[in-house]
Amino acid sequence: MCARDNDDTGKKTEHLMRGEEFIDMFRKGQEFTQELLRENERLRFQVIHLEEAMKKKLEAPDSGQAGNASPDLALELAQYEARLGELEARLNEVEAENVDFAQRYIDVEEQNNNLANLYVASYQLHSTLDYEEVLQIILEIIINLIGGEIFAIYLLDEKTNTLNPEACEGVPISEIPRVAVGEGVVGQTVVANESYFNDNPSENLKELYVDPLVCIPLNIKDDVIGSIALFRLLQQKVTFAPVDFELFTLLAGHAATAIFSSRLFTESKRKLTTYQGFLDLLSQ
Amino acid sequence: MASPTFLIIEDSPTMRQLIRFALNRIPGAQVVEASDGVDGLKKLSSNQVDLILTDINMPIMDGLKLVSLVRTNDAYKDVPIVIITTEGAKEDKERAMALGANAYITKPIQSTALLSTVKELLKL
Repeated sequence: MCARDNDDTGKKTEHLMRGEEFIDMFRKGQEFTQELLRENERLRFQVIHLEEAMKKKLEAPDSGQAGNASPDLALELAQYEARLGELEARLNEVEAENVDFAQRYIDVEEQNNNLANLYVASYQLHSTLDYEEVLQIILEIIINLIGGEIFAIYLLDEKTNTLNPEACEGVPISEIPRVAVGEGVVGQTVVANESYFNDNPSENLKELYVDPLVCIPLNIKDDVIGSIALFRLLQQKVTFAPVDFELFTLLAGHAATAIFSSRLFTESKRKLTTYQGFLDLLSQ
Repeated sequence: MASPTFLIIEDSPTMRQLIRFALNRIPGAQVVEASDGVDGLKKLSSNQVDLILTDINMPIMDGLKLVSLVRTNDAYKDVPIVIITTEGAKEDKERAMALGANAYITKPIQSTALLSTVKELLKL
């Protein structure tokens, strides 16, 4: 698990480095374009000068040298114009490349943003072994990174085979109904161990409790320990972005392991305290 | 401004880390963090802050109270303030701007939008 996390972090760092390299390359391209524009400007200025000089010479009434100087000037002018033409063609190419780079820069920025979101979510989920803190972090991720307004985390009670709301946001927890495994969308998601996305969500919150906007099973490989049901998004969050689906996938696995390990840790700590108390009692 | 100092006031460690990630892309950026309004005011007085980024809903002292206190203090009244919040209603934005906030960004944030807002306010 730890090696896989290190590997993931390594990949993310590598992606971020590639992004930085690309941005650097884009900057160099921008500098080159600016240089070409300056060169273009300089040549245009020279052409105008030469044209004016030639015009003056031609207009001069009895310039004995005009006949000799004109061909030289004309040749020079032609050379400059040819060079200018080449530079303009190159400039057009570079500009086209720049448009492409700009688009790729936007894509890389978006990827960086997405990777940062995923990294932060993953980092925070495994930053503690305190059960309550883990639940709080999951709530924060759904609010701040996905934009959830009303949602609940259900955990499976294997004894009663029910999904009990363990934490929620946006409404009192007493309002969130308990669900039997296999019952309704939330119960079926746990049985199928597959995420559910509702394309046509109801406006009515009570109906959303039965048929939520999104329902994600919390799984550790094939074992499902609960689910996250998202009932409503924040008003400014109109639609899901591709990174949201990545976050749902991340939550399905990482939130499950974080909940499971923190619960085990909390239970074992409690047991240790009990045993310690018992041993202290015996030794007195 | 060679190396701007930012003060992030946010109760969620997840959001603080995400904002810090974005701000660290500004060369030389220094980031100071606080978990609520009172902590934020303490950090503001002990650091040379160039820009404040604050949440609205926080324990102990919320972001709006913080904005009004900062704006009435001569020492900090010119420090730009960016609100980062889940409150997306128009009235919330108007209230924050009326109190003296310089920009209002709703969650979930896009780091590119956040960076361009910050750079614009600091003229970077």
